[in-house]
Amino acid sequence: MRDLIQLKDKNIVVMGVANERSIAWGVAKSLFEVGANVIFTYRKERSLGKIEKLLKDNNLEAKLVVECDVNSDDSIKSAFGQIGSEVGVIHGVVHSVAFAHAEDLKGDFLQTSREGYAFAQDTSAYSLIAAAREATPFMTEGGSIVTMTYLGAERVLEGYNVMGIAKASLEASVKYLALDLGKNNVRINAVSAGAIRTLAAKGISSFNTILHQIEEKAPLKRNVTQQEVGDMTVALLSNLSSGVTGEVIFVDSGYNIMG
Amino acid sequence: MSTVLERVTKVIIDRLGVDENEVKLEASFREDLGADSLDVVELVMELEDEFDMEISDEDAEQISTVGSAVKYIESKQG
Repeated sequence: MRDLIQLKDKNIVVMGVANERSIAWGVAKSLFEVGANVIFTYRKERSLGKIEKLLKDNNLEAKLVVECDVNSDDSIKSAFGQIGSEVGVIHGVVHSVAFAHAEDLKGDFLQTSREGYAFAQDTSAYSLIAAAREATPFMTEGGSIVTMTYLGAERVLEGYNVMGIAKASLEASVKYLALDLGKNNVRINAVSAGAIRTLAAKGISSFNTILHQIEEKAPLKRNVTQQEVGDMTVALLSNLSSGVTGEVIFVDSGYNIMG
Repeated sequence: MSTVLERVTKVIIDRLGVDENEVKLEASFREDLGADSLDVVELVMELEDEFDMEISDEDAEQISTVGSAVKYIESKQG
């Protein structure tokens, strides 16, 4: 039998678990199922507590759990340095991190502050570039990086505002990074997930409306699950997608194709 | 069939890791039960799931105590 996935015992870094609803946690669960070694990064003590409890409740064991503040180059460098020295080779990175100030997700996009714009870009888009830069020295056997984006990068979704611009920047970064990383046989892609009820999504005021629109209009007439996004992310980390890089893959019940 | 209060109490205990005897009607999530702003958002999401309902942001802002949560849910269940 051919091993199509080839992720067993591979070291995969998962950034961005805040609680059990996090997309990153969905990815981690799928990774555990295929036998990968999962390494978590967290920013706040709060998230560390959540990760520890989730692992315990689900009877799972992380390879490593490391602090990483994605707004700090030093912190990203030291996190990947620590991971690299502990596990040797990194085979994959899942970047599932984004943040914008609540006031920039309300009202008119026109009113976005300079600081709020910069902060959303720094946390949600630049963090991918910095993480890729620090991870690649340890991705010596080739590998795959996956980030999470959203339709609001391409289309105007009321209330998504400054985060839409950050995601547009993230998607463009995926393409430019793909060219650089390709030299080292490292792939990078984005998963554009349909609306999922995460803690972060709750910050979008129009979120419930978006959920209902998808149920009504998407070809599959339903919203996607955390597991479906996790599974596609695993596919992009795995050997199944070895010829794919620089892409945005929609996991959204087909919603984005509709007029 | 459990009452709304019993179900709300169970969600709060699970989510905030507090003892049952702390979950009094007048208890404030933030001031008495040690919740931060994200805990409150998580709690509201758990309540949405438990009672299969949607709680808008405006309504969520009104839910600050155990009693206000119970009252809100009962009013929506009519």
